[in-house]
Amino acid sequence: MEHELLEMRNISKIFPGVKALSNVDFTLRKGEIHALMGENGAGKSTLIKVLTGVYQMDGGEISVDGDKISIRSPQDAQNNGISTVYQEITLCPNLTVAENMYIGRENGVLVNHKSREKSADKILQELGIPARSTQQLGSCSLAVQQMVAIARAVDMKCKVLILDEPTSSLDDKEVNMLFKLMRDLKAQGVGIIFVTHFLEQVYEVCDRITVLRNGELVGEYLIEDLPQVELVAKMIGKDLDELSSLSEGEEKNYDNAEVFYEATNLSSSDALSFDFKIHKGEVNGFTGLLGSGRSESVRAIFGADKVTGGTVKIKGEDVKVTKPLDAMKHGIGYLAEDRKRDGIIADLSVRENIILALQVMKGFFKPISRSEAEAFADEYIKVLNIKTASRETPIGSLSGGNQQKVILARWLLTHPDYLILDEPTRGIDVGTKLEIQKLVLKLAEEGVSVTFISSEVEEMLRTCSRLIVMRDRHIVGELKGKDLNQAQVMKTIAGGES
Amino acid sequence: MKKKIGSLVMATSLTASLLMSACTTGGGAVTPTEPTTPDEPAVVADDPAPAADGLIKVGVVNNPPSESGYREANVKDMEAVFSEANGYELKTAYSLKNDEQLQAAQGFITEGVDYLLISAAETTGWDEVLKKAQENGIKVYLFDRMIDVDESLYEAAVVSDMAAEGDTAVQWLLDQKLDEYNVIHIQGAMGSDAQIGRTGALQKQFDDGKMNCVVQQTATWDEAEAKKIVETAINSKQKFNVIYAENDGMAKGAVAALDAAGIKHGVGQEVIVMGFDCNKWALRELKAGNWNYDGQCSPFQAQIISDLIQGKTTASSKKIINQEKGFDATTITDDDINTYGLGE
Amino acid sequence: MKNKLKQIFKGGLGQLTIPLIAIALLVIFNLIRDPSFFSIELMHNNDGNIVLAGNLISIINGASELAVLAMGMTLVTAACGGQDISVGAMAAIAGSTFVKVLKASPSITGITVVIAFFAACVVAMLFASFNGVLVAIFKIQPMIATLILFTCGRSIAYWINGGATPTVESPIINAIGGFIPGIPVPTPVLIVIAVAIIFALAFRFTSIELFTQSVGINGSAARLNGINSTFIKLLSFIILGACVAVAGSIAVGRLGLINHETILLDIEMDAILAVAIGGNSLGGGKFKISGSIIGAYVIQMLTITLYAMKVSSTDVKAYKAIVIIILVVIGSPVIKAKFQKLMNRIKDNKRKVSVKGAE
Repeated sequence: MEHELLEMRNISKIFPGVKALSNVDFTLRKGEIHALMGENGAGKSTLIKVLTGVYQMDGGEISVDGDKISIRSPQDAQNNGISTVYQEITLCPNLTVAENMYIGRENGVLVNHKSREKSADKILQELGIPARSTQQLGSCSLAVQQMVAIARAVDMKCKVLILDEPTSSLDDKEVNMLFKLMRDLKAQGVGIIFVTHFLEQVYEVCDRITVLRNGELVGEYLIEDLPQVELVAKMIGKDLDELSSLSEGEEKNYDNAEVFYEATNLSSSDALSFDFKIHKGEVNGFTGLLGSGRSESVRAIFGADKVTGGTVKIKGEDVKVTKPLDAMKHGIGYLAEDRKRDGIIADLSVRENIILALQVMKGFFKPISRSEAEAFADEYIKVLNIKTASRETPIGSLSGGNQQKVILARWLLTHPDYLILDEPTRGIDVGTKLEIQKLVLKLAEEGVSVTFISSEVEEMLRTCSRLIVMRDRHIVGELKGKDLNQAQVMKTIAGGES
Repeated sequence: MKKKIGSLVMATSLTASLLMSACTTGGGAVTPTEPTTPDEPAVVADDPAPAADGLIKVGVVNNPPSESGYREANVKDMEAVFSEANGYELKTAYSLKNDEQLQAAQGFITEGVDYLLISAAETTGWDEVLKKAQENGIKVYLFDRMIDVDESLYEAAVVSDMAAEGDTAVQWLLDQKLDEYNVIHIQGAMGSDAQIGRTGALQKQFDDGKMNCVVQQTATWDEAEAKKIVETAINSKQKFNVIYAENDGMAKGAVAALDAAGIKHGVGQEVIVMGFDCNKWALRELKAGNWNYDGQCSPFQAQIISDLIQGKTTASSKKIINQEKGFDATTITDDDINTYGLGE
Repeated sequence: MKNKLKQIFKGGLGQLTIPLIAIALLVIFNLIRDPSFFSIELMHNNDGNIVLAGNLISIINGASELAVLAMGMTLVTAACGGQDISVGAMAAIAGSTFVKVLKASPSITGITVVIAFFAACVVAMLFASFNGVLVAIFKIQPMIATLILFTCGRSIAYWINGGATPTVESPIINAIGGFIPGIPVPTPVLIVIAVAIIFALAFRFTSIELFTQSVGINGSAARLNGINSTFIKLLSFIILGACVAVAGSIAVGRLGLINHETILLDIEMDAILAVAIGGNSLGGGKFKISGSIIGAYVIQMLTITLYAMKVSSTDVKAYKAIVIIILVVIGSPVIKAKFQKLMNRIKDNKRKVSVKGAE
């Protein structure tokens, strides 16, 4: 029987409290470009890390060319012909191209520079990579640096090449260069696993797609069998209906309500110019795939990135919001997308994390007294049902969902008029998700405007009365009323008529 | 980018420190200037004969005055003696680094000075420059510090004899005819000329059993460190009646510790205090009877060299020892303080 | 006993455990070596004051400059995740300014001393903000940014007075570095207490602690919560500048002279060590000022112990290094985790033994 190049069977990986992968299968054939798709937290990167030896799997087996192998370290993976080129370049920009291709691969101390450079040049030429072996890597464009990393992998006789978001910082021309290289390698029989969030690119270069969701395999499809809109549906998922008790379809019209916030031609260092407004008590959502610009847009509203243009009106008055404190003073709160990086102050206690934003607004010279802070902390621990040993426990040791609740408490404590929640439900358990959704609706009833972002469309359909759809950093549609349904959202996200 | 800024700062800091050393010296370390005759047109002559205006051109390569009180006095002395009024045109270059000093000397030679006076940062590496000076007919005098070269390359070296300073001090101490000598010995930076010289004579007394060494510690010329050393000795109830500190600052530190512990010191008191260098403030302490002895380390070599240049005296040997005194609290006068005191 | 130990390691004293154990060990060691080591007595000094004396007083008194600098250094470390290595050189500048102003006035009175101290403060804070601007605005690593003043600070100090070791004679100055008539406690110790109280008040009446820790632990999150991290970092340097002025003035007061080359030489290393021994992460973030203060006294006690043992002061540095390496390694997360494991295993074994016993 013919063996496939790489077979992964029943792969499971458990992190404390989370099952990151459960019984996932993945098959890669010789000379194929295979896209691994899924939203954040779907298990893509965990699967890749298991394959490259960064994580040890908790169950399942991996075989290459029909031989069962065990991968305990990145070195093992390399020895079995599995190489990875990561999103961020992991080479050394201040060494030459040749040095980068051979670093860590030499035996012994003595190195023959000349022969090394010669063989490096040969490979570069064969692969058509526009770089010289003696050139400093840092002087090459990002695309070429990527390609040098690929050349390094190819030279290590790799059979399986993993490209993790290789195109995220490349322009169109560079992407085409990379694709040409990928097709060449494919012709040589290398199997390529391609991880990306650019759907168009998948359809341009891939042969097959494997979709993961919530750590489980959704399925493997030939590219021609899976239209873009279906792919989006498979990635986002349609089930999860035990939550449908929440108000759905109750149509609200805010057109006559007071406009709380209105931006015209707002742009930031990361967001293209856009218009946006939200009414008092309204819940709206930004949707689109990861990288579509939804987070960048709300960051611009909050002044989190450098604001480069546009006018902002709050309650009808012209205001300047250029930094987070400005937004906070005007009653805007922002729960950031990346909880670890932009949300929690890991070593500080739950109490300190809760009072932080309020303290900043009160000012440097008006500290909240210890007893007051304790009262606030106790109150919100109770109201939001935060599970923590005590209010003095460092927030870093809480579970993701409870960390998120602490950050929510931080913003609720400032009594905002407008709360921006970017992925508040990511990576947290179903129960907490529901609590957060309920909380959003309750806030809206109390007259707070909320912008709610989630990669789970279901969740947004349940909570939002208006959805702004983004693709490629542009607003491509605004859905409300009867248009607010799954099919319409999918269609708008995927774009075109398909 | 971050890295670039980092290296930029490194470069700036280096430049800043270079500028700094250049400015402290009042002239470029590498390109010598003429502080005494700024409006004089620079006369460049290969001929070492006196310049047209009759001034003798002297190039001095020295350490910067910020090095120590000693150096400060030394630099001032040089500037005072080799003045225009005395018939000299003085060019100076100051650096703590040997290679910069070498470059400066080279510069003086090309410029065509008549005499080259050197107090070198290091004893080695000077052969070539001194040979070149000789070829150009420039006469070289060393002062303060010796250089490791053949004697024929210089006219004379005017230096202090640190060992003699120690001998004078220890002899003075023996003359006090104490019943018992229990000495706290505070040393300078280990291995420096001054430390080796000033330790020698006292160490001999310890070795011969004539004096008792209670504590022997280096405070590396640091006043505060000296204070800590004496304080610890007092706390451990050590008996002592002499403090022999190898410079004035450390003696002052030691005295601060005595004062805090209520131990009387100075003329006719429990503890004898000895220092070196003859700073003005130290000599005043002496005059006031708070200290007992201060040994001179004379920075005044300029007059001796000037006399040699002008032929008023002749050197009997290549190495001329600068005569140095020791001052006793009971005999010191205000005149002494003004003549021999350093600083202010 | 076991429970108590567990409690200490689990929280209780938390990060103060290591420095306190270090102090306890040094005390025990000294008591065994010389039971009278810590005896304190009252004596008359040469100015006729009744004063406290003894090794313990020497330790507490001698660590004053270090303790003050360690407090400032803790803030800079917490906010910027790096250290200022120019504090010794800046102290030379501050001390020189102090002396310069004193010498410029016809007679030294209480007011001139206050003016001189404020001048020293202003100058030190200016130089510190220079460091602060490089770190906070230009995002240069603190050690590299402060390398500039570390290199040239002492030359600047020389310019200020233009002399190598200028002296000031005044009973007021002597009182700053020694004793105030009628008070048997050394003045530097009182100054440290005053500075510590000022820090405590600042922590009580401003949000500096919360904001500094937030900036140090997660700068990105702090920014998104509206904290001006540039200001916080700059502020930490300016506060350090004030500490430097205090330390420089104490050092001048001790001897009535300033030697720009030797004043508080190498103190930056001791100050950084004090911060580390105090259980504070040198990578910034959460901090305890009290830890750093204890760290300063650990270092000083170590030095005095070694002097008392007549270890040559050239060797003292080597011994100090050894002890400090041990302390820092014990305090490292790796060892802490290992210790925790060991404790758990001992507990398990005991349980097994007792189970067996029961059978």
